[in-house]
Amino acid sequence: MSQHLRVNPIMCTGHGMCAELLPEFITLDPWGYPIVPDEPVPDELKGLARRAAAACPTLALLIDRRRD
Amino acid sequence: MTVVATRIRPDYLARHAERLPRLLAGLTVGQPVGLNAHERAFGQLPLAAGEGRSRSVRAKASRLIDVVERSGLTGRGGAGFPTGRKLRSVAAGPGPAVVVANGAEGEPASRKDHLLLSRMPHLVMDGIALAAFAVGATEAYLAVHDEDDRLLASLEAAAQSRIVAGIDQVPIQIVGTDSRYVASEQTAIVQYINGGPGLPTFTPRRTHERGVANRPTAVNNVETLAHLALIARYGDNWFREVGQPSSPGTTLVTVSGAIARPGVFEIELGTTIGEVMMLAGGPVERPQAVLTGGYFGTWLPAEVAWPVPMSHAGLRSVGGAMGAGILFVLPESSCGLAETARVIRYLAGETAGQCGPCVFGLPALADALADLAYHGCRGDAADRIGGLIPLIEGRGACRHPDGATQLAASALSAFGRDAQWHDERGPCYGVRFPPMLPVPGDAEYW
Repeated sequence: MSQHLRVNPIMCTGHGMCAELLPEFITLDPWGYPIVPDEPVPDELKGLARRAAAACPTLALLIDRRRD
Repeated sequence: MTVVATRIRPDYLARHAERLPRLLAGLTVGQPVGLNAHERAFGQLPLAAGEGRSRSVRAKASRLIDVVERSGLTGRGGAGFPTGRKLRSVAAGPGPAVVVANGAEGEPASRKDHLLLSRMPHLVMDGIALAAFAVGATEAYLAVHDEDDRLLASLEAAAQSRIVAGIDQVPIQIVGTDSRYVASEQTAIVQYINGGPGLPTFTPRRTHERGVANRPTAVNNVETLAHLALIARYGDNWFREVGQPSSPGTTLVTVSGAIARPGVFEIELGTTIGEVMMLAGGPVERPQAVLTGGYFGTWLPAEVAWPVPMSHAGLRSVGGAMGAGILFVLPESSCGLAETARVIRYLAGETAGQCGPCVFGLPALADALADLAYHGCRGDAADRIGGLIPLIEGRGACRHPDGATQLAASALSAFGRDAQWHDERGPCYGVRFPPMLPVPGDAEYW
């Protein structure tokens, strides 16, 4: 079971909490919106990814669990 | 630059006159075709009368979908999805279905849907009735722009005359949507009918599963439905008699730009762009490039475009786009970068305002393109544009930002030498000519 992060671009208003909490994985574009790579979240970051998703003020950061 | 005309068959015009028109066969001058004239031209609607969803009605509906599947009809709104498969999956969905005819032609350079709706409304409405029958729909909508009062009134009258004549088992409701570019996107239309704003929604909600009122919903372009009306009458073999085996039938194209006779033409799929141009009277000036597929489409250099067959596969093979069948001819005297800059500025203004990368990225892209087209001399504009594209592409809920970046990227490649000239020496002579591509509300920008 791998985890992928996904942004709902309509909900996201660019608070930037996710990039603050998970800079190893999420970067911000010049306008402050998150750029999330389309690859599985590394095991050691899974806990932080969950925290980032929970901390998003607009609940725009989603965790997809995919069967490998 | 010479235009290679190798794949224009010398007898093309004669062949064309012999086999077509099909959709436009009933077209008369000036007036919309009334119900009586429509039935004289095409015959009565071949719809099995039957109440509810009895077994025999379901079997007939399934047979109708079989015919559509065998005909190889694909959506004419731009995506080219097989119509039969769409109807099949909606019919299989849970609960009573909904049919939506999309006539909210968002592309400023396209007139085909408007032509069909304003002149041959009953052909489209026959298609709606057939689609509703095929999927077992209990509601049917026809969405058009709300600013076109005359069209709305004539469609209301047409729908009314069908109710009086007792043709439609499901009454067709005319819906006036926003006239902005993104309002014609299918999730936007569904959300509007549901009582929300006419804006695209985040994609995991698929309209064929959960659309209008969360019911399975078949959203089809009005031209697709007009084809459906003919296929139900004349059969799948008749439909496949013209066009190519892999993309059968005819399609409507809108030709504009530096061409002698701009307008809407019905062509066989697989007709080369050069042949379409011949049908439209030929170029009035040496062509520089062709915009294929509309404002989400791609520029092709004229010598690349001319021999390309008009079909999804044919245009894709050279990096072009079929879209809703839009062809715009850019003359050699015009500047393709300036034209593109104007269109991107328009698309930036047409954002639904929902997704950050689109709201901020498209204006930045428009600025960079305008700098390149009208100022130049910086040596970095092309790189700026190239750097912005990956920051925008694929980061919106709908394909609006992706369409704009595709157009910008294709401009940089089709007008690569011109872009270099602009960047190093300043604007070319072409920017002095008046702009050609239609952009609504143009005066606000320039």
